[in-house]
Amino acid sequence: MSAEPTTTTPEPLADETAVRKAISATPRPPRASATSAALTFGWRGMLKVKHVPEQLLDVTITPVMFVLMFTYLFGGAIAGSTGEYLQYILPGILVMSVLFTTVYSGVALNTDLTRGVVDRFRSLPIWKPAPLVGSLLGDSVRYLIAGTVIIVLGVILGFRPGAGVGGVIAALALVVVFAFGLSWVFTTLGLLLRSPNAVMNAGFMGIFPLTFLSNVFVDPDTLPAGLEAFVNVNPISILADASRGLMEGNAAASDIVIVLAVAAGLTAVFAPLTTHLYRSKA
Amino acid sequence: MTTQSTLAIEATELVKTFGETRAVDGVDLAVRGGSVYGVLGPNGAGKTTTIRMLATLLRPDSGSARVLGHDVVTEADAVRGVVSLTGQLASVDEDLTGRENLILVGRLLGVGRAEAKARATELLEAFGLADAAAKLVKNYSGGMRRRLDIAASIVVTPQLMFLDEPTTGLDPRSRNQVWDIIRALVASGTTILLCTQYLEEADQLCDGIAVIDQGKVIAEGTPGQLKASVGSGALHVRLLDPEQRPEAERTLARELVSVHLEPDPAALSAPCADTDKAARAVAELTRSGIGIASFTLGQPSLDEVFLALTGHPAEEDPLARTDAIEEEQAA
Repeated sequence: MSAEPTTTTPEPLADETAVRKAISATPRPPRASATSAALTFGWRGMLKVKHVPEQLLDVTITPVMFVLMFTYLFGGAIAGSTGEYLQYILPGILVMSVLFTTVYSGVALNTDLTRGVVDRFRSLPIWKPAPLVGSLLGDSVRYLIAGTVIIVLGVILGFRPGAGVGGVIAALALVVVFAFGLSWVFTTLGLLLRSPNAVMNAGFMGIFPLTFLSNVFVDPDTLPAGLEAFVNVNPISILADASRGLMEGNAAASDIVIVLAVAAGLTAVFAPLTTHLYRSKA
Repeated sequence: MTTQSTLAIEATELVKTFGETRAVDGVDLAVRGGSVYGVLGPNGAGKTTTIRMLATLLRPDSGSARVLGHDVVTEADAVRGVVSLTGQLASVDEDLTGRENLILVGRLLGVGRAEAKARATELLEAFGLADAAAKLVKNYSGGMRRRLDIAASIVVTPQLMFLDEPTTGLDPRSRNQVWDIIRALVASGTTILLCTQYLEEADQLCDGIAVIDQGKVIAEGTPGQLKASVGSGALHVRLLDPEQRPEAERTLARELVSVHLEPDPAALSAPCADTDKAARAVAELTRSGIGIASFTLGQPSLDEVFLALTGHPAEEDPLARTDAIEEEQAA
């Protein structure tokens, strides 16, 4: 630097002694446990919703639209009456709405990656999957909200679950657990694709046909044989059956076991994959 | 797995390639504990890639590095336990408030809930962010964001801190505030690795500097050594009255032979390494009734060093920056 001024009095910080004190303060605490780190990330997700409540539109308005549209559009044609169809379709809409929401977990992760804060998370001495597990825990709250909106609206429109509140809660819990497992697929996608839009498109390209080619909307008996065979082994059909069963009080234990096994399998494969991609992303 | 040396960072032949580009092409670094070490270079020289490898965010293609005795690849978690990173893209969460950011980092580092809150309050006050504590960070100015970023890095005091271009894009006042914080950190014993493209910043803050260009360290030493490697110093004089410059030029020429007129109409300089000669020259000016606003006997600027080392000037126009800062200080 040439021609230095002889008097340099840069404006000092408001409180220099406070800075020095703040810097010299803390001894390092023991590391945060895996659970505590994951829950802290879950809290981060909740804070974001608190600051931008519009984010809840997709888990409130969209499910309402689905329930109303499908019940009144298809009810007469498919089941003869909207009331009867509602009884059949409501658990299915619950499954569909919640599973659609899982795509957004991948979109959100992809968006997050473009921010500098990910560098900080990755440079912290924490349980490696914590940021991902935490944000999916936060998302699970969104799934719960979507599910609750659907069930409440359904009951208002005349849906009557045979197994009462307990059955409904069990069904909702099962759907949320499955959604948690499935969302790892989309977080993997979120780390592999280059833009949030690409994640959204690819995600829906997968989840849309899988949901429609299930028993969510129609009884598979009416389908051509080949399609029927596929629909019957589609995990989403099994999940819809299990939810209906739980709400009616006649669930097949095998359905529930299969649903939990698929969720566990998806988590076992895609959670480590997501974690690996998250750590190694340049 | 600890080394006997007192080196805080020891990097050997680090290489990182992205496709065809050798972003970092065999970098060696040796940083003493408790010092501020500058990695200086223009945009795209490989500074950020180097820092990201040392902070365990990127795995080197080859070569090795130890940070505070821990290998950055095989003991990455141990490294993460003792360092903190302030990235180029301010590593704070834009969608949260300043206060929430600090609590978040505290909780992730294992600080208890109540303590994390108290610590957030303490840091926000110390860094002049108390009024903005409840604002979302996306509404912060660049300087506020940087200060919050550094605050987040010291929620738990690290032994070593990586600062990647901490003042890029800041106005002079915010820049000075960040410098004050860095100086205070060093005084408290934290080792700092600072990446910067500003020669002046490295000059002001660093004990040692590695000049990096196209992925390679092209020079290394103290700021003084680097400047001395280029040539002798110069006397810089600034006059009260620009009208007197021709007279001052003649007077100085008698004492110091070669005189250079600077772009500033009130300033002139002459190469001179001898303090006695410089003092005589200044006294001579005063005797001739020429009013002097300021004079310095300086070593060559790092700008000149950079040009001499790389054969091309640093990207930024350092003159424009220096002027802005001086105006700021004069005001």
